[in-house]
Amino acid sequence: MNSAPETKGSARQLEAWLLSNTPTSRRHARLGSLYKGWLKLKSNKLAMLGLFILIALVVIAILAPIISPADPFEQNLGNRLKPLGTEGHFLGTDSLGRDLLSRLIYGSQITLYIVALVALIAPVAGLFVGTMAGYLGGWADVVLMRVTDIFLAFPRLVLALAFVAALGAGIENAVIAISLTAWPPYARIARAETLTIRNSDYISAVKLQGAGGLRIIVKHIWPLCISSLIVRVTLDMAGIILAAAGLGFLGLGAQPPSPEWGAMVSEGRKFILDHWWVATVPGLAIFTVSLGFNLLGDGLRDVLDPKDSGDE
Amino acid sequence: MSKDTDLLEVDDLWVKFPTRTETFEAVRGISFRLGRERLGIVGESGSGKSMTGRAILRLIRKPGIVTANRISLHGQDLMKLTEKQMRNVRGKQISMVMQDPKFSLNPVMTIGDQIVEAYRLHARATRSEAHAKALEMLEAVSIRDPERVFRAYPHEMSGGMGQRIMIAMMLIPDPEILIADEPTSALDVSVQTQVLSIMDRLVQERGMGLIFISHDLNLVSAFCDRVLIMYAGRIVETCRADRLHEAKHPYTRGLLNSLPRLEEPRERLDVLKRDPAWREAASVVDDQ
Amino acid sequence: MTGLSAKHLNVWFGSGRDRVLAVDDVSFSVASGASFGLVGESGSGKSTILRALTGLAPNWSGEMMVGNEVLQGQRSSAFYKQVQMVFQDPYASLHPRHTVDQMLSETLYLHGVGEIDTHVEKLLDDVGLGNAFRFRYPHQLSGGQRQRVAIARALAPEPEILLLDEPTSALDVSVQAEILNLLTDLRSEHSLTYVMVSHDLAVVGHMCEEIAVMQNGKIVEIMPVADMRSMQAKHDYTQHLLKSSQGYERREFNG
Ligand SMILES: Nc1ncnc2c1ncn2[C@@H]1O[C@H](COP(=O)(O)OP(=O)(O)OP(=O)(O)O)[C@@H](O)[C@H]1O
Ligand SMILES: Nc1ncnc2c1ncn2[C@@H]1O[C@H](COP(=O)(O)OP(=O)(O)OP(=O)(O)O)[C@@H](O)[C@H]1O
Ligand SMILES: [Mg+2]
Ligand SMILES: [Mg+2]
Repeated sequence: MNSAPETKGSARQLEAWLLSNTPTSRRHARLGSLYKGWLKLKSNKLAMLGLFILIALVVIAILAPIISPADPFEQNLGNRLKPLGTEGHFLGTDSLGRDLLSRLIYGSQITLYIVALVALIAPVAGLFVGTMAGYLGGWADVVLMRVTDIFLAFPRLVLALAFVAALGAGIENAVIAISLTAWPPYARIARAETLTIRNSDYISAVKLQGAGGLRIIVKHIWPLCISSLIVRVTLDMAGIILAAAGLGFLGLGAQPPSPEWGAMVSEGRKFILDHWWVATVPGLAIFTVSLGFNLLGDGLRDVLDPKDSGDE
Repeated sequence: MSKDTDLLEVDDLWVKFPTRTETFEAVRGISFRLGRERLGIVGESGSGKSMTGRAILRLIRKPGIVTANRISLHGQDLMKLTEKQMRNVRGKQISMVMQDPKFSLNPVMTIGDQIVEAYRLHARATRSEAHAKALEMLEAVSIRDPERVFRAYPHEMSGGMGQRIMIAMMLIPDPEILIADEPTSALDVSVQTQVLSIMDRLVQERGMGLIFISHDLNLVSAFCDRVLIMYAGRIVETCRADRLHEAKHPYTRGLLNSLPRLEEPRERLDVLKRDPAWREAASVVDDQ
Repeated sequence: MTGLSAKHLNVWFGSGRDRVLAVDDVSFSVASGASFGLVGESGSGKSTILRALTGLAPNWSGEMMVGNEVLQGQRSSAFYKQVQMVFQDPYASLHPRHTVDQMLSETLYLHGVGEIDTHVEKLLDDVGLGNAFRFRYPHQLSGGQRQRVAIARALAPEPEILLLDEPTSALDVSVQAEILNLLTDLRSEHSLTYVMVSHDLAVVGHMCEEIAVMQNGKIVEIMPVADMRSMQAKHDYTQHLLKSSQGYERREFNG
């Protein structure tokens, strides 16, 4: 009976504890700052919209077998290129008469997979190479940055093509190829930031505590580079999805009949004039997901920078 | 000081930092005027000196809030200006030398380029004129080897050189009011004297108004015309600078007594004992 | 206990026309337990001497000794337990993304000190900050509060030699008095050796027994504090400095 007000009271207590300006222990402080970060993110409407889009993407990907109305691979040539709102095919059908909605839903799995892998590999590799080059300087810098320049000099798709050609077609290889072509800009950003950081007194100060190079890079330089990288990665997401699509289009990424969004766009391009929705629907999906990443990334940057954070 | 010579009038200025649980008040309702004079602001660390300076230019970082009845510059209320109009005031009419000079300089641009850019923004000069002017400014703040410094990056400067470069840059647009936040704290006494006399000359010759924020009581007493003494966001006492050593408030006396003196060595220095009543006392209105 | 010394120390930066000889043939020695002051012109190489001693200056020649050990190349972690430094600019010497607690506990961890929590509390107490500041970020502190954190960090490994680069120039006089008293106490308790840079002659006079005056990379004079108090300087620059320290002289500019 009176459990409701009680939990409400203790929830308020918990909140007061979390928001305390004088935390009593390290764990208290960490939880408190996480909570304040969350409140800050929550107060940013657009970031919450981005978060919502991405959570929806994850949920759809997980529930794909349950929620999709039809088999994404089932062809029905008699039923091809049906427009939006057709009975039983809410988003219409493609050139082989497959249900677009179902393909879109299953495609979210692949998109998520590609995006997650690339987002894990490329920025981390770039961060590592860039901060190493910037911090070590000298010949290490020269060698690492020359390698980066070589990667940068090739157009992304051409390089990815070469990799895929060498590794064999398929989604995993496409992901690796895209990651390999995506890291150099991150390395450049990270290096530029490191160059301004490494001469600062606070880095000298940890050196005087006997900290080694790796520790300085990971614990002291990375936290300062990460926020600009996160923003950059979220801005690049659309490009990454499209690069995966491009590979798919050339027959080197996701293999047909896989419902990868990019591949769907390039398939639909053939009919763009008469049957615009076949390309537009997956295109809109890509756009929405990229937007979600962008909005969230922007909100995260504000949270990650304690200088602007609202806590005292 | 009669009213019509006032450059700046601040009325009931507050700076607050709201948090979710309470509000921290860094400046609590202070009022003062600035004429064509050298006005010193002294007080202990955290008493709100820098926040006062930044609030006048509306440069308080985001969670912070500035409120005031009026901050008027020539009768124009700065509180009512838009951010865009404010940008025209900053630098052109009121300049500020920040307490953290190196942070105010761009770390990836040479000193020379920064000064040249600042100068060309202000006066439509050719590159070579600006170059000559920049070297002249560096020399004016007694920097040795200005040619080298011109090509150097901020991290290659000593603490005092960074401070002098900031001062040089802030003086370029020829402001009517200069707010200098601890501008000479990293300078040795002889260079300090030179830098101060530059500011002094601007006040006396061009009628610039100077707000000089400092810890150094002896310096303020010798250099300024009037002093405001701040404690916990309020003004506890105002006096003529040359009478600072006769100040009455126990806080001011405490500050004076904690100074080490070259002539009379002591084992231990006196430490200020704070009285909670000082915090509550109303702000002194600066009516001179 | 250990003292330190430098013989014919040169430190330079850059090359070609941008080469600067920041420290030019400097020799001095500080006995164990003594307190040595460095004063002089801004940009004369005071900070650079301290940075060279701690191994932060890349190009140098001459000889530097701490205790009986000649310093060269990489310093060992034992060295950093013995020698610590407080940097000149409290706005630049604290990591912007680390809380006070993170900074101090990392330092303690790196020096292998146990019971980190109690030590952090004690350090904050020692510099007069208290636990309320423990989980703050540097941007939430005023200039003086930052410098106290920097001093706490330098005291953490309980060094024998402290190099202090203008430790109080960012502090107001009341905190300055507290910090100087703290430094005096620490020195008498643990017989520490200090090398202290300051442009405030009164502060150096209060803290140090011997004072070196620098100009343009060179030490022009080393004098006992008594001479400085009685204004007996041999070199012109020192005389000029002592004279300027008597306060700003008002001048009339006629405009
Ligand atoms: N972002 C912030 N959030 C909360 N409190 C702040 C913030 N910035 C500054 N403060 C507090 O405001 C008070 C006034 O700060 P201010 O920088 O004006 O002090 P100050 O008088 O200039 O001190 P100092 O001489 O040490 O520079 C300090 O107690 C400081 O801790
Ligand atoms: N990293 C660097 N690269 C190039 N030159 C440097 C570097 N660090 C210092 N210098 C130069 O060395 C000289 C001495 O600088 P230093 O910081 O030792 O002066 P200082 O005596 O501490 O002065 P201040 O009292 O102003 O702090 C200056 O001319 C400065 O420009
Ligand atoms: Mg300040
Ligand atoms: Mg220095």
